[in-house]
Amino acid sequence: MTAERPGAATNGRAGTLVALAALIAAAIALPWLLRAFGLDFYLSLASRIVVYAIAATSLNLVLGYAGLVSFGHAAFFGLGAYVTAILITEGVQSGPLHLAATVAVAALVAFVIGAISLRTRGVYFIMITLAFAQMLFYLANSVKGYGGDEGLSIRARSLFAFGGQALDLKNPLALYYVALAVLALALVALARFAPSPFGRAVLALRDDDVRAEALGFATYRAKLVVFVVAGALGGIAGALSVNLQGYVSPNALHWTQSGTLMVMVILGGVATVWGGAVGAAALLLLQEVLSATTEHPEFWTGWVLLAIVLFARQGLVGLWTARRPPPLG
Amino acid sequence: MLILEQALNGLQFGLMLFLLAAGLTLVFGVMDMINLAHGSLYMVGAFVAAWLVALTGSFAIGVVGAVALTFVFGMALEIGVLRTLYARDHLSQVLATFALILILNDGTKMIFGNDLPLSAPAALAGPVELLPGLQYPAYRLLILAVGLALAALLWLLVQKTRMGALVRAGASNRTMATAMGTDIGRLFTVVFGIGAALCAVAGALLGPLLAVQVGMGENILILAFVVIVIGGIGSIRGALVGAILVGAVDTLGRTLLQHVLREFLPPQWASAAGPAIASIAVYVFMAIVLAIRPQGLFPARGG
Amino acid sequence: MSAARTNGPLLAVRGLEKRFGGVVATEGVDLDVERGEIHALIGPNGAGKTTLVAQIGGQLASDRGRIVFDGDDVTRLPAHQRARRGLARSFQITRLFKSASVLDNVALAVLAVAPRGIRAWRPLARDAGIFARARQALDDVDLGAKAANAIDMLSHGERRALEVAMTLASRPKLMLLDEPMAGMGGDESARMERLVGRLRAGTTVLLIEHDVDAVFRLADRVSVLVGGRVIATGPPAVVRSDAAVIAAYLGDEAA
Repeated sequence: MTAERPGAATNGRAGTLVALAALIAAAIALPWLLRAFGLDFYLSLASRIVVYAIAATSLNLVLGYAGLVSFGHAAFFGLGAYVTAILITEGVQSGPLHLAATVAVAALVAFVIGAISLRTRGVYFIMITLAFAQMLFYLANSVKGYGGDEGLSIRARSLFAFGGQALDLKNPLALYYVALAVLALALVALARFAPSPFGRAVLALRDDDVRAEALGFATYRAKLVVFVVAGALGGIAGALSVNLQGYVSPNALHWTQSGTLMVMVILGGVATVWGGAVGAAALLLLQEVLSATTEHPEFWTGWVLLAIVLFARQGLVGLWTARRPPPLG
Repeated sequence: MLILEQALNGLQFGLMLFLLAAGLTLVFGVMDMINLAHGSLYMVGAFVAAWLVALTGSFAIGVVGAVALTFVFGMALEIGVLRTLYARDHLSQVLATFALILILNDGTKMIFGNDLPLSAPAALAGPVELLPGLQYPAYRLLILAVGLALAALLWLLVQKTRMGALVRAGASNRTMATAMGTDIGRLFTVVFGIGAALCAVAGALLGPLLAVQVGMGENILILAFVVIVIGGIGSIRGALVGAILVGAVDTLGRTLLQHVLREFLPPQWASAAGPAIASIAVYVFMAIVLAIRPQGLFPARGG
Repeated sequence: MSAARTNGPLLAVRGLEKRFGGVVATEGVDLDVERGEIHALIGPNGAGKTTLVAQIGGQLASDRGRIVFDGDDVTRLPAHQRARRGLARSFQITRLFKSASVLDNVALAVLAVAPRGIRAWRPLARDAGIFARARQALDDVDLGAKAANAIDMLSHGERRALEVAMTLASRPKLMLLDEPMAGMGGDESARMERLVGRLRAGTTVLLIEHDVDAVFRLADRVSVLVGGRVIATGPPAVVRSDAAVIAAYLGDEAA
């Protein structure tokens, strides 16, 4: 189809499958690998990477696939964290309830924000999503009963009970695997979504939504669905995050947090299944390495990012695969 | 009287916002570039001013020096980094200028520390009696005067000079602007430098009121974007009107709202809800303006 | 083509109006397009053709007037619903999906009007029916050989042909072609003209064009839009010799 050697497709695919299998094995075995090297401490970093991978993947859906530059995505992340934290503070420990509430609230708020914002385009869309996010930020800042501008700490965590067993996310191992499972589900769903008719329609409207609508696609509805799903997933990431950190602050909703998520997505590769995960891992690892080696990690992070923008245009995933989505048929 | 005083505060804040918004609207309007680091120029201006004032003991030298240095710094930034971004897509611009924020924030911390003290000059420390019964801080009057003078100067520059005409043409028709090639490239470096200088004025003047600290740019940047969206991207006139409106809504919102809320709510709620609602008020205002006039109040873009 | 739902014209526009601020773009526009005809809309620059096309296509909401398509009032319907009812349009400035191949572009056009709606699980690539129809549309515009190409590898004329293919692929009742020959030289223009002529067999065409000679060769009927109003409608020979039309538009162009 595209100009490639005939054997390349099969070789490429075999190579990808092997790499994928290795990655999955490594991810599952990671806690033991870390322990074997006496690096238990890094499990929380690994969990943080997974959580942000989920958040960045959710943003990739909106930003990468649908082409909607939403500068307010951190709001959903923060909402998920706050909903869970507030429930725990009020004595509700049931994990499934946290999940349900998080998804319900994040989806509802995303629906409202999306329904209004998606009537605008271009920079106006950016500004309106940003405005809504800032509103939520100031709201979080002012809820004196739940920490206000100092944020909210929680002692307990989400509890998932099956039969007689209980999965307490206070256990770092449990948290890691639950987060990993969520990420895996999200990536599988995204991988199925992308080549599906709906996925292709979304990519088309990213290229030219006026044309897409003129052809017969209900573009507003499609964008809204994507926006809500992404918001819900972002909320789940937030719920996992507060379980990991034991703490949520209004800063989680600040536009600079949205910016960080965007950086992860762009870094990893927009409109690719792995873009969010790779970008999150790359940025967080970079920050970790720089924190350990210099006095001014942010300074050097900035330079690395700048270099990547100027010299590696397609993002990190783009360096691994061809830039365009594979042909449809 | 309180309202009058708050109105003047609003005007003063609005004029300073205008200084930031002016540069931003041109960058966005003419070069179609999202520059998240614009707020950082404001911060750099404030820090350099604080440093120079401490060094020389003179407020005037501090401000003028900061403006000059930031002007040069802005141009260097434009030539060095930003120029390569004009041709890139918005997402790349976001990534790059976000990276610049990190570099400039930490860089400033490395050179100057996390914050620097900056006080208004002693001569202007006292109040002035504007009207019988109305005392207003002399320093804030200075800000008002400088703001109005610069607004007038900018208006002259944009409306009456050849450079201004070129910039206006570029703002209303970007393809024409890019087709003009190197001519507009060099012009634009200067325009960007002027924008940076204006940020420095705002940073230096607001420093004594708002505290000079790392990260001060991020909060005001958002307001600057709100201003240019309300005013119409690419329009200086829009930036001025938008800035004054935003300044008014923000300032009056904060104070009037407190009073109104105190009538209905218990005091600790009023003092908590007041600032939150006031902050939100600006965004609600923007949403309303966009709902009525989606292109902003004075859209410069024709095609 | 689906059976006609009424006996009247396929498209009936009545009193359509659009203003931008104080400027009147279209005013009191009455237009009928009969089934099976090629109806051309001509007029000088600034006459309001672009606005009218956007109003009929659904990209612009009209201030006044009615648009009745195949018996239904579609005035307030959004563009995508008009397309799903069989009113397809092409764009004067080519709008293509740049990240998709030529075939994919047309396949998307077929997908857009799929009766069962758009699903999210099975890969689109498995839907042979959609791709068969897409290839058919490409063949109809002589682009079959370029199916696998990327968009940026097409010449201007080929892109315009692809525009038409995408409009054709949904098997519309009415094709609204917005200056398909825009920016084309002699050869490409002639090919496009032949292509539009072939379309008469399967669908109805409302053709907006600047090339007056081609229009008079192709069209069954012509409407002339000047200053936002239709000043004449009729067979080419009649319109061509209409005094008002010559005065307002053709005076400098007619031999």
